[in-house]
Amino acid sequence: MSSIYRTLARGTLRDIALACLAVWFIGLSYGAIAVASGFPLWVPAAQSVLVLAGASEFLFIGIVAAGGNPLAAAAAGLLVNARHLPYGLALPDGVTGPGPTRRLLGSHVMNDESVVFALAQEDLPRKRAAYWTCGLGVLLCWPAGAVLGALIGSVIGNTGAFGLDAMFPAVILALIVPALRDRRLRRAAAIGAAIALAATPFLPAGLPELLALLALLTTIKDRKTT
Amino acid sequence: MKDPTLFAAGLVTLSAGTFAFRFAGPVLRQRIAFPPRAERLLEVAAVVLLAALVATTGLTKGHGFAGFARPAGVLVGGVLAWRKAPFLVVVLAAAATTAVLRLLGIP
Repeated sequence: MSSIYRTLARGTLRDIALACLAVWFIGLSYGAIAVASGFPLWVPAAQSVLVLAGASEFLFIGIVAAGGNPLAAAAAGLLVNARHLPYGLALPDGVTGPGPTRRLLGSHVMNDESVVFALAQEDLPRKRAAYWTCGLGVLLCWPAGAVLGALIGSVIGNTGAFGLDAMFPAVILALIVPALRDRRLRRAAAIGAAIALAATPFLPAGLPELLALLALLTTIKDRKTT
Repeated sequence: MKDPTLFAAGLVTLSAGTFAFRFAGPVLRQRIAFPPRAERLLEVAAVVLLAALVATTGLTKGHGFAGFARPAGVLVGGVLAWRKAPFLVVVLAAAATTAVLRLLGIP
């Protein structure tokens, strides 16, 4: 670890620490929401370690809690996580490796934060140091937050009175706000949201979100006309 | 959680599939060129799915309307996020707005 401290600038380390703190806090709300939705503590605990991708875990929990099929929930979660494939293609060779063991762990700690910090560095040693510091930090903070949140959530009986049910959509909204500054993405998101809302009274839980993907057709048409 | 086996299958599918996406990128990097259009489509798909989730979890409960307190909280959080408020402020303000409205008797 001492070599990592020498390699990375102090400002970068501070930014990584702040990102991990934010992840810890999202984990806290995730654990509390999972328990409030009726899941036992082991569900957020296991998911936070095995999946280690916040948005998809929220999606999975949300769909299953609403009565949706777990396999449909997993499919929706996988669609959200498909972005990790281009992430891996964007990372320079040697950031996740070397060697098979480090490559396995290095792949697992790939997430929005670790990729962003790695790409922002200038050379390979710094990219690798930033990637691993942030990746391992998230691997610690996300499950730690989720378990603590689940414990807090099981102590608080009436989560509705504390507005915990508003935290979940607010968390997701905060995560996608940077993307929504793009006009085209905003329009696709609005159409998708409208489709899901219109379908909710008629379809079983989980399907309205998948049906929202029809909004993608509008972006394809866009590309042909421009 | 009605069917524990099905639930476990969903959890394992999500975990294994996510790892496969993560592992495939660095392995494929030397062998194929991923079209930027496909990359862009994946990004849009993720945002659309999450936006749909915000709409359904923010506005509905079961097959009907969730009441006013929750959407109001989410709206306050959304406005704060748009104005680049810190994440902590966004989430706590959303919960606090909903809690206060419920305290005032608004469902």
